[in-house]
Amino acid sequence: MDERAAEVDVTSNGANSEVLVSVSDIKKHFPITKGLFGRQVGAVRAVDGVSFDIYRGETLGLVGESGSGKSTTGRVILQLDEATEGTVSFENRDLTEMSGSEVRQLRPRMQMVFQNPHASLNPRMTVGTIIGEPLVEHRQSKGDERQARIDELLSLVGLEPKHANRYPHEFSGGQRQRIGIARAIALNPDFIVCDEPIAALDVSIQAQVVNLLEDLQNVLGLTYLFISHDLSMVRHIADRVAVMYLGKIMELADVDDLYNTPKHPYTQALLSAVPVPDPEVEATRRHIILEGDIPSPANPPPGCPFNTRCPIAQDRCHQEVPEFRELASGQWVACHFAE
Amino acid sequence: MSQTQKVLEVSDLVTQFDTPDGVVHAVNGVSFNLKKGEFLGVVGESGSGKSVTMMSLLRLIPMPPGEIVNGEAVFDDIDLLTLEVDELRNVRGGKIGFIFQDPMTSLNPVLTIGYQIMESLKLHTDTPAKDLEDRAAALIELVGIPDAKQRLKNFPHELSGGMRQRVMIAVALACDPQLLIADEPTTALDVTIQAQIIDIVRDLRDKLGTALIWITHDLGVVAGLVDRVLVMYGGQIVEEAEVNELYAKPQHPYTKGLLGSLPRLDQKGQDLVNIQGQPPSLYTKPSSCSFAPRCEYAYDKCWAENPQLDAISDSHSVACWWDMDNERPRYG
Repeated sequence: MDERAAEVDVTSNGANSEVLVSVSDIKKHFPITKGLFGRQVGAVRAVDGVSFDIYRGETLGLVGESGSGKSTTGRVILQLDEATEGTVSFENRDLTEMSGSEVRQLRPRMQMVFQNPHASLNPRMTVGTIIGEPLVEHRQSKGDERQARIDELLSLVGLEPKHANRYPHEFSGGQRQRIGIARAIALNPDFIVCDEPIAALDVSIQAQVVNLLEDLQNVLGLTYLFISHDLSMVRHIADRVAVMYLGKIMELADVDDLYNTPKHPYTQALLSAVPVPDPEVEATRRHIILEGDIPSPANPPPGCPFNTRCPIAQDRCHQEVPEFRELASGQWVACHFAE
Repeated sequence: MSQTQKVLEVSDLVTQFDTPDGVVHAVNGVSFNLKKGEFLGVVGESGSGKSVTMMSLLRLIPMPPGEIVNGEAVFDDIDLLTLEVDELRNVRGGKIGFIFQDPMTSLNPVLTIGYQIMESLKLHTDTPAKDLEDRAAALIELVGIPDAKQRLKNFPHELSGGMRQRVMIAVALACDPQLLIADEPTTALDVTIQAQIIDIVRDLRDKLGTALIWITHDLGVVAGLVDRVLVMYGGQIVEEAEVNELYAKPQHPYTKGLLGSLPRLDQKGQDLVNIQGQPPSLYTKPSSCSFAPRCEYAYDKCWAENPQLDAISDSHSVACWWDMDNERPRYG
């Protein structure tokens, strides 16, 4: 996206909302190196100019297919990966300018829930230690007080205090994800990046975890960036949704506008490809079948990143990167021809 | 009038795995049938026994530790489960094609895709050698891969995930099978690629008339694709119905809960049903309903006796002691 997208208030519809996190034209390029001296011969443009605001108390859904750069965007926002370009501000303070220790001081306020609850919990630590670790690291509470906080956190996520002495392998996937969530909320954060938090779980367990995330949001006033490839679940949980493709945002809108009247041809195709669990609806739904695959982010096409698969692409799309423009109130689209 | 011809009839299949931690009761008495040209969806979560059931039919489970303890699977008038391995080999990849979840591990990485398709043709058909390449190219075209002749020379790593899965379908279709078994064929793929594959399979139905068993955990994927659905839980079929009926009037509390726990793309603001608890442990042979610990309708009978699949209409069977529609016990 160009500089103009960075300057405008991307969601001018939210009249009474306070911006908590602001992402401005961030890029994350991973170098491709070759030879003995690691000469750089190219770059994987994982994130290639992304801008949006996240309002306090809302859930912003970030959707896209694999390789679209949605997880990298989440990691750059939390400064787990350093941005190649662009700024991320948290309460109007620029995180990309801060030193490591300054970011660390803000860390209790922004946390992450990871995709794989099997890999993100240390198998040699008890659940109590895992959940208590952020309290130790950030010197919050001691002794009995800390133990009481751990018990409180366990019951907040629907586990029992006696579970504190057990190890992660004694729990199922859904319960492990609850432990990961308890750790994320231990320090009373304002903002949590949920990176595919339900992708590794069975269908009947997914709803449990999403309901828990919604309950916690209501009780604790949390703000979420909910990264997912599950468009049905994002419709359920998100207030606004951004659609990514090849490192860029294709469309950003209120959840109902995006799902009811998608403007970008990619969003339209993506939504039409999601099967609805209702044979009567499926019988009459129109499916837009896109040709081909997502191009490699190491070698994106010139112009609009979607031009290789777009059903309405014209010459202009192969030359000019489309501007990210506000088509309807609060509905932003990066397409020359969307209307 | 003759009855619709059945391609496959499975009765009382029991498969177990002997592990160091004890016997895993993976499949506990599964019976179903498949009509000629019918599309059947098999839905269940991990550990429900859906894959093991289908792989048992072709004895594709590792034995040991796996063991098919009981059952009969009549395909084309022969019992697959008692067939000699030599003869079974003619069925596998010949009369029954199999498509696996991960196309990268089921294609041989050091052979061209053309070779792998032609290998199947050589083994199972009497296609003359000079026609092999043309036939392989035709198959590749059938699954929607452009530039077929060129593609035959590609190795699997040169293709994307969606392309590889198409090649797998081409291999499975090579010998004109009567039955195609697809085990989560789109789970590893992105949604736009999944739509491409489903489109191809739908298209094949009109072109070839093959029967299909599509195994999935996603109730959405099979909704617009199959004629009939089996729902599996704890190694048993808990509900079987014609597709519209299953989604409109689920009769098993598990099916109902599962449908309620799914958010829908075309609806906003619905509450997601919480199915409490965890899937069952398979280390004990079920002596009561395996869903009872998670079921809001469970009563004393559910804890005492394991319900069997029973027809409630011509197109609908359920294994449950509770009649949800009339809010009373189902029998007596």
